[in-house]
Amino acid sequence: MNDSSPSRVSAEDRPVVRVFGASLVYGKTRALDDISLDIPAGCMVGLIGPDGVGKSSLLALISGARAIQEGAIEVLNGDMRQKHHRNGVCPRIAYMPQGLGKNLYPILTVEENLQFFARLFGLDVAERRSRIDYLTQRTGLYSFLTRPAGKLSGGMKQKLGLCCSLIHDPELLILDEPTTGVDPLARAQFWELIASFRKSDQKMSVVVATAYMDEAQGFDWLVAMDAGKVLDTGTSAEILAKTASDSLEEAFIKLLPEEKRRGHEPITIPPLHLEETGKADDIAIEAKDLTMRFGDFTAVDHVSFRIRRGEIFGFLGSNGCGKSTTMKMLTGLLPATEGKAWMFGRLVDSRDLNTRRNVGYMSQSFSLYSELTVRQNLVLHARLFHMPESKIPKRVHEMLQRFGLESVPDSLPDNLPLGVRQRLSLAVAMVHHPEMLILDEPTSGVDPVARDNFWRLLIELSRRDKVTIFITTHFMNEAERCDRISLMHAGRVLDSDSPAALVAKKKASGLEDAFIQYLVEAGAVDKAGDISPAGAAGTAGAKQAAGPIAAHAAHFSLNRLLSYMWREALELRRDPLRTTMALFGSLILMLVMGYGISMDVEDLSYAMIDRDDSGISRNYALNISGSRYFKEKEPLTSYTDLDRRMRGGKLSLVIEIPPRFGRDLQRGRPVEVGVWIDGAMPTRAETIKGYVEGMHQGWLTEHARLGAAGSSMALAKIETRYRYNPDVQSLPAMVPGVMPLLLIMLPAMLSALAVVREKEMGSILNLYTTPVTRTEFMLGKQVPYVMLAMLNFLLMTLMAVVLFDVPVKGSFIALSLGALIYCIVATGIGLLASTFTRSQIAAMFLTMIGTLLPAGQFSGLTDSTASLEGAGRMIGEVYPTTHMLIISRGVFNKALGITDLTGAYLAMLAAVPVVVGLSIFLLKKQEA
Amino acid sequence: MRHLKNIFRLGVKELWSLARDPMMVVLIVFSFTFSVYSASSALPETLNKAAVAIVDEDDSPLSLRIFSAFYPPQFIPPERIPIEEGDRGLDTGKYTFVLNIPPNFQQDVLAGRSPDIQLNVDATRMTQAFMGSGYIQQIVMGEVSEFVQNYRGSSESPVVLSLRFRFNQNLTKAWFGALVQVINQITMISIILTGAALIREREHGTIEHLLVMPVTPMEIMVSKVLAMGLVVLVSAAASMVFVVQWLLHVPVGGSVALFLVGAALTLFSTTALGIYLATMARSMPQFGMLIVLVLLPLQMLSGGNTPRENMPEAVQHIMLLAPTTHFVELGQSILFRASGLDIVWPSFLAIIVIGSVFFGISLARFRKSLVQMA
Repeated sequence: MNDSSPSRVSAEDRPVVRVFGASLVYGKTRALDDISLDIPAGCMVGLIGPDGVGKSSLLALISGARAIQEGAIEVLNGDMRQKHHRNGVCPRIAYMPQGLGKNLYPILTVEENLQFFARLFGLDVAERRSRIDYLTQRTGLYSFLTRPAGKLSGGMKQKLGLCCSLIHDPELLILDEPTTGVDPLARAQFWELIASFRKSDQKMSVVVATAYMDEAQGFDWLVAMDAGKVLDTGTSAEILAKTASDSLEEAFIKLLPEEKRRGHEPITIPPLHLEETGKADDIAIEAKDLTMRFGDFTAVDHVSFRIRRGEIFGFLGSNGCGKSTTMKMLTGLLPATEGKAWMFGRLVDSRDLNTRRNVGYMSQSFSLYSELTVRQNLVLHARLFHMPESKIPKRVHEMLQRFGLESVPDSLPDNLPLGVRQRLSLAVAMVHHPEMLILDEPTSGVDPVARDNFWRLLIELSRRDKVTIFITTHFMNEAERCDRISLMHAGRVLDSDSPAALVAKKKASGLEDAFIQYLVEAGAVDKAGDISPAGAAGTAGAKQAAGPIAAHAAHFSLNRLLSYMWREALELRRDPLRTTMALFGSLILMLVMGYGISMDVEDLSYAMIDRDDSGISRNYALNISGSRYFKEKEPLTSYTDLDRRMRGGKLSLVIEIPPRFGRDLQRGRPVEVGVWIDGAMPTRAETIKGYVEGMHQGWLTEHARLGAAGSSMALAKIETRYRYNPDVQSLPAMVPGVMPLLLIMLPAMLSALAVVREKEMGSILNLYTTPVTRTEFMLGKQVPYVMLAMLNFLLMTLMAVVLFDVPVKGSFIALSLGALIYCIVATGIGLLASTFTRSQIAAMFLTMIGTLLPAGQFSGLTDSTASLEGAGRMIGEVYPTTHMLIISRGVFNKALGITDLTGAYLAMLAAVPVVVGLSIFLLKKQEA
Repeated sequence: MRHLKNIFRLGVKELWSLARDPMMVVLIVFSFTFSVYSASSALPETLNKAAVAIVDEDDSPLSLRIFSAFYPPQFIPPERIPIEEGDRGLDTGKYTFVLNIPPNFQQDVLAGRSPDIQLNVDATRMTQAFMGSGYIQQIVMGEVSEFVQNYRGSSESPVVLSLRFRFNQNLTKAWFGALVQVINQITMISIILTGAALIREREHGTIEHLLVMPVTPMEIMVSKVLAMGLVVLVSAAASMVFVVQWLLHVPVGGSVALFLVGAALTLFSTTALGIYLATMARSMPQFGMLIVLVLLPLQMLSGGNTPRENMPEAVQHIMLLAPTTHFVELGQSILFRASGLDIVWPSFLAIIVIGSVFFGISLARFRKSLVQMA
């Protein structure tokens, strides 16, 4: 274990991976339970077992993607707990995670994906070209280099994933369920590829996790796993011999602990006696030329079939071949583009609710209401199918019993094991006594025992209750249990018949083989190229290139930073919603705020009651109606009128001039002018008050000057100079204030999303398993958003000048410099927020709160920072928006230049290393 | 009848789903309690601790008197600064106001020469600038005239303005803040709740399930609209009674019940809007972005935060199409001005019309997008 020297002398003899008592716990679940294991080098090793037994966790630990919690793991002669060893060894390991193309970038093309990975491993231009050409020619992807990864078929995605893994010529290749959901032909091709790569590189060790027992049969060495433990290891021959079984599936079930196996027996399917039902041509479903097109993509192409009552009919095909779409057309979920379907003799019409009563539907994801309990789910479905209320409790009880759910009626589905959830899903589909069950991949992810139990239920439903069952699957052994199957590929049905007949027609060794022959016949093969001469020639060049790759150590590399930056920029450019949000979001919000946060009071509606109607009173009234602030409405007739109109919000101000106003004024008697102001909006009321008082005072002075009635002159005069914005207009004040607010909120949110999205999609794995460092990752992500934010800044400035007519009075350079530093801090804050969050929605909320609150409240947007106290004051002093506001207002309104604003620049510059450094420090290089 | 039954059952399901989603429940409670409370208590009373500096070139008893007349909460105790620092302080935003008392000020006042005091205001801080200068004028003039009165007999202004603020005599901003917040939260929460309910259903794949059952898209949508509308309405009512009236002691002028009827009608359009946005977004994060872009204009331009008269005419006209504009109007009329249905009926009518249109468009869009969702 202490031997971490890179010597490979004994590599052939030493195990490539040694696991010592490794355990892994997520929350309450124990994914791995004290596993110890030696994996031999230079072999093809299979980890077998159903989903959720800990295969993926073990592989993630071995690859270094996940941090080791307990125990130790030694990979390529070094301790994976040590950072130094991980960094040194990671260019020699390749890890392809579970899920079709999970670590790929769907928006990038095949070429771009490969270029990205190649750059991360430090390959130069020539190496990259020769490696990419070599790999894509061998895998048949060469002609698809320009296609986005997201638009590849499942099989091609997996091939691309393989190319990306092999780009740096690893010694240890780790594949996590690489063929799940891929059609059998593509699967066979995939394994051929692996075999051929292993032939050209004898030393390469391959570790594969798989749920398909049949494909594991050909591996050199197997590890059978269940419930976080290793059941057994050995070659497949050894395991079969030990358990005295014919197939691995059978052997696996025998290896399971006693309590899991209990009650399990091999499935026998009683033959279908159509004669019993009376007539052989009692058709449950008939489809004729069903076609579905989405745009110019044909998902289902003239599919026809007939299913007899009581039959179990299977659709066999890969992901995306049109199985689900066909089912949706049959259930009326999707109206068919062309063709027709009949269910029990009635034409399927998506508007006809009555046909739906005969159908029970169970979808791939066992979609249940996770917020409703088991019983509530059953009751809800029974009610929605309008079962008589009196019969519901009995039926629900019956279903609970029949589907083995009596012990869990009040649990929430999410807390139940997958197998139980699957049964509940079936119970829900059956609750209303449908004559027909439509099951869309109902057994994905369930262990073999549970799957067999599930099939027993299906068989009982079919044979005893005469329910017609229509099922899709990509498991061959499940397809074999159907009475008849249709082989589907690329939207077309290749053939329909009983499994045995299909095998016989092709004189094949099994159903899988038959399917492959059908696929070859259908021309599916041309997608995968044979190994061309060019590819073979490339081998030599690629081999040469492989030498220096491992030498690239994990120091800081500008190249890797640039490759992350380049990739981020590409993605950003191709995601319309994000780009729109980034570019126009700020402009829209600026427009809204510019017009929305206006404190100007103009055109206020007011009315007069002039009870004097003298020359003087009319003069007083004229003084007000002449103002641009007020708009006179028709005079008031009475106090009731006043009350009514003010209540309706029609008048904001009412002025009443008392009787004998003019006369009293001239005689120097005290006069009172009545003023009513709508106080519902206090700020506005305050402003109105200011205007009225000002005008009143102005009139008095004027009146005094002209008429010299009041002799007293003012004691002192206050000359108010509104600096920087002499007309006290809202826009020149708002715009420079709003810009820093928007420049922090949106860039922070976008950069936070950029990181968290990788966490959600799974491509963050590339940070864990490639030599890229945290600094390179973070800065590479940040730079495009800084540039985007600067573009945003320029657009907003343009809008301010052109649309809002708010000129830049000071130095534009000074403003831009401030904006640049500010954008770096703003995106840094986003990165910082991303280290605390896992989901995009949480990241959005956090950045919103983390930017809007301090920027809006504590940074001096409305009240200066000096007027704050306590924590708000402290945040305000250091928060970058405070300083950007000084710069923005300084340049826009106060005509300042760079030298006047040094303090603000320095304060923001100081925040850069803190924010960015902290976010890099808090980012994990391994999954915790 | 069958429709109603389905809607009822689906609605009950929505309520269960919501009740078991702790994040959403916290959001609702937070929005209608803490957020309303803080909005009212955090709003500064008119002028709050404005930063004033005084350049005193007179250094007389009168100037000293003026100097000491500024105190919290409206003002921070002023700083006495030399004349050359005034501009710099304004430039860096350190002071919002700089008052310049000229030499021989007291002498000139007493001699009746009516001297000028210069008040420099940083007008980039709009609200403070405008209100603050008014206050400062009053304070300075008050001090001056009191000072003079002590010297010689008084002289009264011939014409007095008798100002009365209707509906909120003391212009307590907290009242306004709390009620506006309730109105804003009704809009926000109803959009988020319905939208999230639909997106959650799609992400879990349960919408597919509903579609193969004998229920129509109309029933699905109406059940969400009604269930979420009900939740928001009940929360808003509780917030009005317990937070606004009971905790914050805001005197509500009119009938809370009438306001809630208005709210219920508005919810019709905002929940429909939530559904609409949810059909446009492909995922929760996208929905979040859309909400930011839609909600801010709805809240800021509907007249709740700043008066509508201030906005450009075009904006005012466009915003007449938004339900929130009318909701804010009727809310203010009922709650502040104690108006009855006889006065606010046009707003009610507008909301009903807008609501029906929104609902219709949303339903059409929902039906169409179901095909893609399944």
